[in-house]
Amino acid sequence: MDWHQLWIIASAPDNVPIVAMLFLVPIFTWMGIRQARANDRLIVRLEGDTKLAKTHHRKVEPWRPGWAKELHVWPYLVRIEFLVTLIVTVILFVWSITLNAPLEEPSNPNLTMNPSKAPWYFLGLQEMLVYFDPWIAGVVMPSLIMIGLMVFPYVDSSPFGNGYYTIKQRRFALGMFGWGFLMWIMLIFIGTFIRGPGWIWFWPGQTWDHNTVVFDKNVDLHDFIATSAIGKFLHLGFLQSTAGKAIFGGLVVGGFYILGGLFFHWLMTRGGLDRFDGSLPLTRRLWLWITTKDKFESKLLARTSLLQYLTFQFFAVSVLLALPVKLILRLALTIKYVWVTPYFNI
Amino acid sequence: MESERPDQKKTKQLGEGEKTASGLMGRVREETAALKERAIEEAKTYKDPQDTQLWKSIFRVSHDRADPRNRSLAILSNVFLHLHPAKINRDATRYGFTWGMGGITFYLFVVLTFTGVLLMFYYHPQKVLAFRDILYLEHDVPFGKLLRNMHRWAAHLMVITTWLHMFRVVLTGSYKRPREFNWCVGVVLLVLTLLLSFTGYLLPDDQLGFWAVTVGTNMARATPMFGSEGPLGPQLGMTPFNDVRFGLLGGSIVDSNALLRSYIWHCIGIPLVASIFMAVHFWRIRKDGGISGPAPVMLESELKAVKKK
Ligand code: HEM
Repeated sequence: MDWHQLWIIASAPDNVPIVAMLFLVPIFTWMGIRQARANDRLIVRLEGDTKLAKTHHRKVEPWRPGWAKELHVWPYLVRIEFLVTLIVTVILFVWSITLNAPLEEPSNPNLTMNPSKAPWYFLGLQEMLVYFDPWIAGVVMPSLIMIGLMVFPYVDSSPFGNGYYTIKQRRFALGMFGWGFLMWIMLIFIGTFIRGPGWIWFWPGQTWDHNTVVFDKNVDLHDFIATSAIGKFLHLGFLQSTAGKAIFGGLVVGGFYILGGLFFHWLMTRGGLDRFDGSLPLTRRLWLWITTKDKFESKLLARTSLLQYLTFQFFAVSVLLALPVKLILRLALTIKYVWVTPYFNI
Repeated sequence: MESERPDQKKTKQLGEGEKTASGLMGRVREETAALKERAIEEAKTYKDPQDTQLWKSIFRVSHDRADPRNRSLAILSNVFLHLHPAKINRDATRYGFTWGMGGITFYLFVVLTFTGVLLMFYYHPQKVLAFRDILYLEHDVPFGKLLRNMHRWAAHLMVITTWLHMFRVVLTGSYKRPREFNWCVGVVLLVLTLLLSFTGYLLPDDQLGFWAVTVGTNMARATPMFGSEGPLGPQLGMTPFNDVRFGLLGGSIVDSNALLRSYIWHCIGIPLVASIFMAVHFWRIRKDGGISGPAPVMLESELKAVKKK
């Protein structure tokens, strides 16, 4: 275990913000979840008690009759803002006094930095270059992510949870966001802590070896199948012809979209595991969760228009599913491309 | 009136020049005492700064703290504060709801603008000079190192706070009707924030920035149709000397032109666009009815059928 190597990476001044995020993200996630839990409990209580639902002010925040509903912004909000700017300013001063911004040698086109890494918040993109060709990783995926984010409010047809923290009422939407967010952080983590010289995989604590030679042992899916024992047995050699691999790849990608769509369709109506009697054994509950639909989630799905549904499916399969699937194919099975045509490769 | 007084005094003194010194001193003392009296009287009226002409001309209202109308006017008649409504929902001031993240992000943008302008005084976007300017800034300019560090760390922090802000908006479902569009404006702001960081990275012209930008812009080569190595690019006549990458760098390699373009995008282009989007973002928050919550929880029994348009 080479702690020194790990320390070099973690203490690089430009990486300090990620280390900070290791603390900030959990703290704020906890803050959100705590409030969501409180609201969820209130929702359960009010749903079981229609009378109370009519009179209760429907928030977990304390409230007493006679209290004004509104406050003056001056001073009650402005003073908070002022305090926050002061705190941020102090943090910035302390940070800037104690840690210096990096400055390397003057730029030199003849001396390649190895590894040559983008700033940490772009390492997700850079890491994607391992799994996709540059036109996908650098152009198509970022565009899809941006457009997908913009489209989200229009495809989330549920009116629940507008302006309050809740998990119970927004399981699927939060799950999808959470999944995307997690994947992004994971790519950044891999790019920062794991990739070394030559963009080779070094486990945290492994010493970077600048002399490691990259040898490309990756194969394309059609070759992988055609040259496997089964492929040889079934005489699938024709998959390696130009037309053969183009058609085969197209079928694989098409099949992926269909299976992916079915997967999300199934996932949409699952709901939480807590909808079953807690006294049942876990395996039984899991089985029921897999095989039965949640009523509430089904109701939400029924409100979704066809256009909303298809748009969501497109982005979900193309980004949220395609990325991890290609990542696993590459890392575990060393597959390079699944679809090879004379014009583009995926 | 007042400006005539010294004149009068002067003529008097001239006319009675032969008088004895003690008589003159007596008059002076008398006048001084009267003047002092006047000054004290006047100073009393300045005791409350809010009652002065200067204060009123700047703030337009006196802030009588007990008067609710004045509290509203304090917000409404101030160009910086009028982004806010005069009154807001009692619970919306809870830090736990918004985490103040949007506000912090905006404050960091202001800090970056301020420190950025100061940095511009010491920086030439030119090969050789640029790197020297950074060294000069670090070793000779008073507080130069602090200035550079602060600009750097505020930028990193802004990326983090923008993400956390977005995360909060997701968790509170604040992107839902009627705030869908403001969410989209937010996504554009996120992209602009990242681009600001990226364009700034090259400016010190060191190995770190140079290679990061080289890697980054190499991806542009692969843009479908518009890049010389992208799908359909070569078929459409794209070469390394006319594709998007060339347009971004002002050349086929990361060199002096790239530095200049980076500089202009970083210091003028993107901040300008980002400011406009921020103005729209803030305006829309108000128009969409202020902060989304904490809103009363909605119950399953209240689910209405989808409206048919
Ligand atoms: C430069 C970046 C940004 C700045 C300066 C900014 C600023 C703000 C501020 C000051 C607020 C008021 C509430 C609060 O402080 O949380 C706000 C609200 C909001 N922001 Fe942003 N924002 C930025 C980026 C984003 C992004 C990336 C998104 C989403 C993708 C977003 C979506 C929203 C939405 C939907 C609201 C309304 C929230 C509500 O009503 O509860 N903003 N923004």
